[in-house]
Amino acid sequence: MNAIVCVKQVPDTEAPVKVQEGRVVLAGMPMMVNVFDEYAIEEALLWREKLGGKVTALSLGPAEAMEALKKALAMGADEAILLSDPAFEGADAWSTAYTLAQAIRKIGDYDLVLFGKQSTDGSTGIVGPAVARFLGLPALTYVFKVRTLDPAAKKIVVERLLEGRREVVESTLPAVVTVVKDINQPRYPTLMGIRRASRTPIPTWSASDLVAAGADPAGFGLEGSPSRVERVEYPPARAGKVELIAGETPEEQATALAERLLSLKVL
Amino acid sequence: MQAHDSDAYRGIWVWVEQEGGRAHPVSWELLGQARKMAQVLDVPVSAIVMGSGVEVLAGQAIARGADFVYLADDPTLGAFRLEPYAALLVKLVQEGRPEILLLGATTRGRDLSAAAAAELGTGLAADCTGLEIEPGTRQLRATRPAFGGNVLSIVTVPQKRPQIASARPRVFELPSPDPTRSGQVIRVPAALPEEAIPTHVLEVVREEGGVNLTEAKVIVSGGRGVGSAEGFRPLQELADLLGGAVGASRSAVDQGWISYPHQVGQTGVTVRPDLYIACGISGAIQHVAGMRTSRYIVAINKDPEAPIFRIADYGIVGDLKVVVPALTRALREKMGK
Ligand SMILES: Cc1cc2nc3c(=O)[nH]c(=O)nc-3n(C[C@H](O)[C@H](O)[C@H](O)COP(=O)(O)OP(=O)(O)OC[C@H]3O[C@@H](n4cnc5c(N)ncnc54)[C@H](O)[C@@H]3O)c2cc1C
Ligand SMILES: Nc1ncnc2c1ncn2[C@@H]1O[C@H](COP(=O)(O)O)[C@@H](O)[C@H]1O
Repeated sequence: MNAIVCVKQVPDTEAPVKVQEGRVVLAGMPMMVNVFDEYAIEEALLWREKLGGKVTALSLGPAEAMEALKKALAMGADEAILLSDPAFEGADAWSTAYTLAQAIRKIGDYDLVLFGKQSTDGSTGIVGPAVARFLGLPALTYVFKVRTLDPAAKKIVVERLLEGRREVVESTLPAVVTVVKDINQPRYPTLMGIRRASRTPIPTWSASDLVAAGADPAGFGLEGSPSRVERVEYPPARAGKVELIAGETPEEQATALAERLLSLKVL
Repeated sequence: MQAHDSDAYRGIWVWVEQEGGRAHPVSWELLGQARKMAQVLDVPVSAIVMGSGVEVLAGQAIARGADFVYLADDPTLGAFRLEPYAALLVKLVQEGRPEILLLGATTRGRDLSAAAAAELGTGLAADCTGLEIEPGTRQLRATRPAFGGNVLSIVTVPQKRPQIASARPRVFELPSPDPTRSGQVIRVPAALPEEAIPTHVLEVVREEGGVNLTEAKVIVSGGRGVGSAEGFRPLQELADLLGGAVGASRSAVDQGWISYPHQVGQTGVTVRPDLYIACGISGAIQHVAGMRTSRYIVAINKDPEAPIFRIADYGIVGDLKVVVPALTRALREKMGK
């Protein structure tokens, strides 16, 4: 069972987001592995432990995204590849998916390509299904359980978590899987893992490496991105200040709040 | 990746998401918004209906604002599967050349919009909370939250067509149906035969309580302050009284008091009910990311310094174990239930 896991390095969700001249100021923001991607890594590791094979972590980003790949290696991934080149910079979700798909094609020999259900800074779950389309693979999104994984029979059965319902789906392999949060409990890197990660070389693939493998450079980076972020702004503050409901007793407070709520005409 | 001559693309298309012949309200909300934008552009609005036994939706789509309905009624389109839906949508778009394609930002709409954008080589603004036409350029300007709702991005697709956007449920007003509107139904065949579809839906399991937070008008949400699984019962009673749903913070989910589909926030669902009642929730940035666009926010918390009070419209400083049941009693009495 060979799996490729796409991991994105994102700003720490605890860190305040600063906007300057219509752009988010990323410089100096502490970074972390996109939370959902840790679940994707863990799922790949669990199945490798059961079935054997190899787990490759893949990330598109600046040189600093190497840290995300080191974490994947420390958790237990066998290999990691960084896609980094000035030509990739400014990629939107389409271009990110296109570039990842070209790299995945170059890696070849995989049964599963795993993603998080979405990135906390980014495009809300677009990259996984888009990569699937570029590679002509079935996309199994919002997966919270992989019931069966049988690379020999080229078969996978998953449970998907959708609005108000769960869906059990069978598909052929290879397939794209995107995972939700409670699919597993991601392990912490062990000391041995961290040591191994620091010894494992992480190759960087550039635009020309992907072009040599058949990619069209017109799909890379800002130039290759069909969408543009015109500007970024703070959301409007919520109007007004909180009105604290007073009262002698909780009952009085509750009654006053009930009157307030009914006067809003939303109930 | 061919460049598109944007002038050859005309009209606004809306994908009508349905399940068992019932349309998702977000699709009608989008048809309503599409009509407004179509007025600026002076173009027709088309609805795309795919499914099995869904003919009735064609008339409904016209009543909600469509001038044309592309209707694909085929057994292979029965349960939503990305592959046959995407193949057909892409084919229709390539033939019909709309300048804008809108979908609901539901789990299905997100998948479908991503697959269509990938294959059509065009741009997508996902999970939008605002859509407008810039009259001069006739371009779509989409507003979408990014960085966990801490910022808003204004996104355009300058060159490629169609401009694709998915929009969150309950952002746009639901248009009331106008049965006197007329439109044209265009029947189209499915694009993929069953043999060419790699996936099969084996089973659909409804969630206990069928929690669908994204569609809920009222959400009563509980956090660590609720204290236990039983502690959620009074919240459920209040939600039931108001015809709402129960949400939760991640802490409550992590404690095992309530299941993950109830989690609101950055790593749960994003909601925008008319009324969000946060009980025993401190208001951490990742929780607020998922509910800050609620119309009204009420906080019940025993700590007057809790950050939730900074975004709430109304608040009670007190013990939720006393306040919530009292609120239910008071509302029940005043609503005459
Ligand atoms: C990457 C990441 C992603 C995350 N994603 C999410 C997410 O999606 N959703 C989410 O919710 N969190 C998320 N979190 C966690 C978030 O940071 C907070 O830890 C969490 O929201 C806190 O939950 P809480 O408010 O229930 O608990 P606490 O912060 O512990 O607050 C409990 C509150 O209850 C009050 N209280 C206690 N007893 C009572 C009582 N009897 N009556 C009234 N009030 C009482 C207390 O005063 C306190 O304010 C995420 C964190 C990280 C790092
Ligand atoms: N730059 C990237 N490098 C590697 N994987 C990515 C990148 N961007 C997105 N992904 C993957 O795609 C998923 C969905 O991202 P998004 O579409 O941005 O919400 C993430 O959880 C990652 O698995």
